Amino acid sequence: MPDTEDITNILSGLTLFADLSRPELQEVAHTFEEEWFSAGQRILRQGFTGAGFYVIIDGEAAVTIDGSDRARLSRGDFFGEMSLLLGEPPVADVVAVGPLRCIVLAGPDLGDFLQRRPTIMFRMLQAIARRLRSSNQWRS
Amino acid sequence: MAKLNGKPFPPGDYPVVIVGSGPGGLQAAYSLSRLGVDHAIISEDEQPGGMFRRFPLFQRLITWTKPHAPAERGTRPYEWYDWNSLLAEEPEQRALVPRFMDGTSYFPSRDEMERGLVAFVEGSDVRVRYGCRWESTRRDGDDRFVLSTSDGDYRCATLVVAVGMTEPWKPQIPGLDEVPHYVETKPVREYAGKRVLVIGKRNSGFEVADGLLPWASQIVLASPRPARISVLVHSTAAARARYLQPFEDHVLGGGNVVLDAATERIERTPNGYRAFLHGTTKPGDLVIDADDVIAATGFSTPLRDLPQLGVATFYQGRLPAQTPWWESTSTPGVFFAGSITQGSIGLKKYGIPSNSAAVHGFRYNARVLARRIAETRLGVQVDRPAIAPNDVVGFLLAEATYAPELWNQQSYLAHALLFDPDRGIVDEGIIPLAYFVDDAGGDAVAIAVETDAEGDIHPAVYVRRDGRVDEHTLASSPLMKFDGQEQQRQLAAVLKGLI
Repeated sequence: MPDTEDITNILSGLTLFADLSRPELQEVAHTFEEEWFSAGQRILRQGFTGAGFYVIIDGEAAVTIDGSDRARLSRGDFFGEMSLLLGEPPVADVVAVGPLRCIVLAGPDLGDFLQRRPTIMFRMLQAIARRLRSSNQWRS
Repeated sequence: MAKLNGKPFPPGDYPVVIVGSGPGGLQAAYSLSRLGVDHAIISEDEQPGGMFRRFPLFQRLITWTKPHAPAERGTRPYEWYDWNSLLAEEPEQRALVPRFMDGTSYFPSRDEMERGLVAFVEGSDVRVRYGCRWESTRRDGDDRFVLSTSDGDYRCATLVVAVGMTEPWKPQIPGLDEVPHYVETKPVREYAGKRVLVIGKRNSGFEVADGLLPWASQIVLASPRPARISVLVHSTAAARARYLQPFEDHVLGGGNVVLDAATERIERTPNGYRAFLHGTTKPGDLVIDADDVIAATGFSTPLRDLPQLGVATFYQGRLPAQTPWWESTSTPGVFFAGSITQGSIGLKKYGIPSNSAAVHGFRYNARVLARRIAETRLGVQVDRPAIAPNDVVGFLLAEATYAPELWNQQSYLAHALLFDPDRGIVDEGIIPLAYFVDDAGGDAVAIAVETDAEGDIHPAVYVRRDGRVDEHTLASSPLMKFDGQEQQRQLAAVLKGLI
């Protein structure tokens, strides 16, 4: 993916933002900041305060707890929301597997962001429900 | 200045080549010199100063220097209050910018800043090859570079790019290419009685609007997201308080307007422009007729052909992706200094970015970078003093209370001590916090200053023990003195077993 591609166009292809109009997408594109990580770099740090909410726009990341891999994340996946919604530090590291591009929202802004955009909140809820279902299936 | 310095650094082989003579390049060159590292510094300009030779447009900075401060001018703690002077070891070369300030503002004028930089170059014997334009770059083997310049070829294994985030940038909006960029803003008198649309609500947008308040008949500021205000989000990257008069005019119904709207396209009309916008926070279509439009849409880094050489970029190609030590993540040996170092994100806790876009942040990055280059690429050994166990708590809390590196680069730079099994407790000095927390080194502690979501400023301590790093937040203080009994007790408990 060319790194010069307009973020609004990228967001329009992600499930989380699928219900937004073009102006709404533009506002979201300007609200998030873009960040870039190289292989092995930590994005979320287990037990550290002040983390943000991330959406992957290119690349892959690993979720690790105490050094062991628990899940892989890729384009369109998001992370950081669990600790922000609970007001607690992350319980896992998220580490870039290769070059990784994300958009990030400052942690303190997530609550207001979601409350102003119920369609994104609903999409996020669906994704979390799917995660929970997978987790329960795995346990059983 | 070119005559004053002659023409040093002819084309040839150098251990390090620095490109750029703005404050980032000058600080890197000065700091390398003091470590005894041979280098060349080239610049296409004819004198030092970089962007400060021309900007800010309205001739006054947004970074303060307090001529009268709680700390004595020229001391290390004074740097906390002087955001604009470069760093020097010689007392007479420190705190140069306040010497040129005339007392009308604690924000230096552009001219006062430029004079401070020129004085730094002249007094510290930083030599620059001016009028030497970097034109292209190629590899020389696997780990060396050749810079073709207007004066000839420079070869090096370590390249430091300090060319600033200075290239005007516009998003891809139909018709916006016909619109003057911020840097092309005309003399203010030419906007007298005009309706002006400013695209962009960051500092350059608000600066232009503020400057045009006495001239334009109406100003409309527009961008998709609501304006972020520095005092609300605790960041110098957000719109600064001194530029907010247009915002107050809007809020009080004064006639100027601040819009949350995405610009769809701009058309030329016989007398000016017609802009078509969509509201974002308040949906709805808007058509704005304006006599003038100014694109205050930001800047990118003039990296020339470095991306073709493998230098990864992000932010729509506007910044190189960097390690915590400001090295290209994809092309080892290419480092960055100056405002480009904002591309090394750091922890960015609570969304608050580093101050690496401004002198008071990147001057420290450059000094830390110089030591890193000297030690890891040129084999220079920099002394690391030992600290007595009984002094550790007091030392770290004094750093949290007075160290300008920690205050001006919160959550980004930290002061680290290593607990070396052979040497005892060793002062590692100022290092990037992101490196410390992600490095798999031996037992160590680092202290930083941080601001949380509520705006509370406090010391944060990171302890690495058996390869695992834990974060500990210490108590804040209403008067920002972090060396009290409560913090001493907390830090001693955190370090129990290490000292």
